[in-house]
Amino acid sequence: MSCNRMENRILPYVDGRLKAGEMKEMEAHLKTCAACELRVNEFRALSGLLDELPRIEPSGAFDARVRARVAAEPVKQSWWSVFAPSPRVAFAASMLLLATVWFGSRPNETLAPTNTGIEQEAQVVSDLPVLENMDVLSNFDALSDLPQPVSDESNQQQQQQQPDTNTEM
Amino acid sequence: MLDVKAGDDESFALLLHRYRSPLVNFLYRMVRNREQAEDLAQEVFIRVYRAREEYVPSAKFTTWLFRIATNLALNSVRDTRHQRMELSLDAPVTTDAEDGDEKTLDVADKHPDIEQHLVEEARKKMIRHAIDKLPEKQRAAVLLHKYQELDYNEIAKILECSESALKSLLFRAYETLRVELAPLVAGAKS
Repeated sequence: MSCNRMENRILPYVDGRLKAGEMKEMEAHLKTCAACELRVNEFRALSGLLDELPRIEPSGAFDARVRARVAAEPVKQSWWSVFAPSPRVAFAASMLLLATVWFGSRPNETLAPTNTGIEQEAQVVSDLPVLENMDVLSNFDALSDLPQPVSDESNQQQQQQQPDTNTEM
Repeated sequence: MLDVKAGDDESFALLLHRYRSPLVNFLYRMVRNREQAEDLAQEVFIRVYRAREEYVPSAKFTTWLFRIATNLALNSVRDTRHQRMELSLDAPVTTDAEDGDEKTLDVADKHPDIEQHLVEEARKKMIRHAIDKLPEKQRAAVLLHKYQELDYNEIAKILECSESALKSLLFRAYETLRVELAPLVAGAKS
């Protein structure tokens, strides 16, 4: 097997991350290839060198700063929250409902004319015999022969004239 | 993470406690500035928090976490590259301590074996410098492979490449480091 094909396997071999079959191939190649064996040893030494760099620890205020930034994040509202009633909307809706119930419980004035209309209609029905004879009554000539009703003023004049005549006598 | 998605703040605190150190170390080795690394790590956690409701456990949480961190780090490195070059020209000689507190070289240090200490510091500096010189993507791959010990397929997903492409990338990166650190490698091997 050529060294070129082995190149990409050197690092996984050093890491111990090769599959069992690949591991066997690699070990067989290393037994016959001094250059690749040298490369493997150098990569192992390099890995050890990189381990020498110490780790750093985050500063003491790191967590507090992250928490402060998280706390400052605006509260995310879901799309459905648009339909969730706010206190103001709930108050307005309840007041509207109360007003509707109150107006509904009041006696309906607009219905009153309808009731009187029914009463008037009932009165008309009760006067139906008179109405049926209205033509006869309106054209009844005998009524015109009746003496004209005397008005109150002429009655008073007559009463005033009568005492005068009594005194003359 | 699913508990965090469900609104459990305690679980977010656990995530923070578990991943803050690996994240800050990874970012520090990417951007070489402790304050900037912590700012970026905070940003990673905030993005995780913001995206908690959309989180789908299709991949490992660490893959998702380090993908956010890597993207932020790569953008930061690219944004500050020019600034870093200017600074390095005027930078004083320092020990470039790993803890990020850049200390000026003090010969009168009260270290019991000053010579050994200086040798160790020079060695570390050489290793750090070799890592810093790697192209950004190779550096991220090495850091995720060596220090976070992530699987090849995880690193491939983080860097958005195939697993075979990642193995080639890592091989080139380790080859470069092997050449750069040849004197140390020869000494370590013997």
